[in-house]
Amino acid sequence: MNTPVLISDFVNRKSFIELDARARAQSLFDEGTYKELVGPFDRIESPWLAKQGIAPQSDDGCIVIKGKIGGSPAVAIAFEGAFQGGSVGEVSGAKMTAALDLAAKDSEAGKSTAAVLLLETGGVRLQEANLGLAAVAEIISSALVLRRHAPVITIVAGTVGCFGGMSLVAGVSSYTIMTREARLGLNGPEVIEQESGIDEFDSSDRALIWAIHGGEQRVGMGLADSLVEDDADKIAAAVRDSVHKGVPDKHRTEQVELYRARIAALDTSSQIDPATLRQQWANPKGVVR
Amino acid sequence: MSEQVGLRGKAWFKALTGSDTSNNGDPNSVLTTTAAVGNESALFLCVVRDKDSRFPCVRDGQVGLEEAFTLATHVRAVIAEDRDKPRPAKRPIIAIVDVKSQAYGRREETAGIFFAAATSADAYASARMAGHPVISLVAGHAFSGGFLTHGYQANRILAFDDAGITIHAMHKEAAARITRRSVAELEKLGHEIAPMSYDVRDYAKLGLLFKLLHADDPRHPTSNEVAEVRRAITEAIADARKGKLDLNNRWESDAAKETRKGTLAVRAALEAQWFNE
Repeated sequence: MNTPVLISDFVNRKSFIELDARARAQSLFDEGTYKELVGPFDRIESPWLAKQGIAPQSDDGCIVIKGKIGGSPAVAIAFEGAFQGGSVGEVSGAKMTAALDLAAKDSEAGKSTAAVLLLETGGVRLQEANLGLAAVAEIISSALVLRRHAPVITIVAGTVGCFGGMSLVAGVSSYTIMTREARLGLNGPEVIEQESGIDEFDSSDRALIWAIHGGEQRVGMGLADSLVEDDADKIAAAVRDSVHKGVPDKHRTEQVELYRARIAALDTSSQIDPATLRQQWANPKGVVR
Repeated sequence: MSEQVGLRGKAWFKALTGSDTSNNGDPNSVLTTTAAVGNESALFLCVVRDKDSRFPCVRDGQVGLEEAFTLATHVRAVIAEDRDKPRPAKRPIIAIVDVKSQAYGRREETAGIFFAAATSADAYASARMAGHPVISLVAGHAFSGGFLTHGYQANRILAFDDAGITIHAMHKEAAARITRRSVAELEKLGHEIAPMSYDVRDYAKLGLLFKLLHADDPRHPTSNEVAEVRRAITEAIADARKGKLDLNNRWESDAAKETRKGTLAVRAALEAQWFNE
C-alpha cells in the first residue's frame, strides 16, 4: 500500500550532532567489530586539573575506538566537546598521538589501518597549556606519519567546531568531512574580536561566522572534502568512502605553490568576501550529500 | 609586552648568518638564507616584524598566510634538492623563533590560515622525517599557532634562559580571561604547575628542550655568545642525526619521565590493549 510520506527524511534521520563523542565514534564502525581502548574504567585522568580545583573526567574527554569500517581496520579518536570544550590536555592529546602511532605501526607492517579523528575542540586546554600545545605538535607529526600509509580522516560535525591548534590537524588530514553546522578555523570569532577589535571581527555576527568558517564554505573553497547532512548514516557512509579511497596521490598540504600563488593574488586592501573567494578557489571535487 | 617581538629573532638571524634581508619574491617578514654552521651549510629561517605588511594583523611579528606558505616553500625546496643525498649529508634546517602568535585576523580566517599553518608544519615535519636535522632556536617569544607553524616540528629545541623568553599556548592576559583568573593568580599557579608557567626554566622541566642557552643581552649578542650558540646548534644537529626521525624523544627524555607520567601511562596502556585481541 502506498501511503504519502508525511514525515520527512530530515525528521526521521538519526542526528550525529546530538550524539556524544563515544556514540559518534561507535556509529562509524561495522556492527560488532569494535571496542573502546583506554576507556573510563582505566581511569587515566588529567594529572593537572584536580590541582586547580577542576573535576577531571575518567576518559579525559577523549574516546579511542578500534574496529573495522567497511571491512577495513580503523581507529577513531573522538574529542568530547562537552568536557572542557573538547580541549587538548596531556592525556587526551597523548591518546590521539598514541592511537595514530599504533595505526601507523600496523599499517607499516602491512595491515593498513585508517584513523578517523572526530574534532570538536577549541584547541589547547589552557589549564595544561604547554603540554597541550606540545601534544598538538605531536599529533600533527604522528598524523603525517600515518597518512603516508593509510588515510587520516577528520570529521567536524558541530557544534563546538574545530579551532586552535587542532585546526592544523584537520589541515594535514587526508580527507575532511563537515556538516553545514560545523565550523573550522584557527582563531574563533571571540578570540579575534578580543585580540584585534570588533571592527576586525564582530563575534555576534552569526551569518559572518558561518560564511567564513562554516562547512559549506570550507568544502566549497576546497579546504575540506565532503559536506554531509547531520545524519549518522550519511556520515558513516562518507567515512567508508574515504577509507576505501585510501591515501590520496597528493595531500593538500603538499600543494604549497598553488596556495602560495592564491594568497599572492588576494587583494588585502579591504576584507575578503567569502563568497567571491569560494568562487575563485572553487573545488570541483567537493562532494555534497 | 615590554620588548618588541621579532627584534631578538632578527638579531640572532643576523649574528648566525650575516644577513638580515628577505629574498626577492618573499614577504619582508620572512628571512631565509643558507649559511655555514659547523663544517656544513644549513638553511636558516626566521619570521620578523614587517610594519608595512599588506596583511594588517601580522604587522607586529605574528605568523600569517604569507609567512606560513613562504616558510613551507623554502623548507620543501631544500628537501627536494637533498632528496638523493644520504641522511648524514642532508642539510640542517634551523628555525629561529621569535613570534608573537598566529595572526588574529578576518582576512586570515577567510583565506584559511589554519591550512596555511598546517602546510608549514607539514614541511618542517617532512624535512625531519626525510632525515634533515631540524633545529629550533627560541630567541624570544614562541606562542601558540605561531610556534606550531614555525619551529615546533623540530627534532631538537634550544632556547635562551632569560625572562624575555616565553613559550606558551596563549599570552597571560588572554589565558587569565579564558580560565577566569586574574593574571596574578595565573602567575602563582604557574609556579606550582609546570605546564602553565611562563618561565622558560619551568618549560625546561617538561622534557621538550634539548638545552638552555644564555646571552647577557640577547638583542645584542657578543662574539663569544654567538660562538657558544653555534656550538650548541652543532651539538643539536649531531644529536638529531643520531636519533630517530619522530618526536618520541620528547616524552622519552629524563625530564619527561617526571613531568609527563600521564603521557607515558596512556601510551603504555593503549599499546597493551591495542595488540590484545
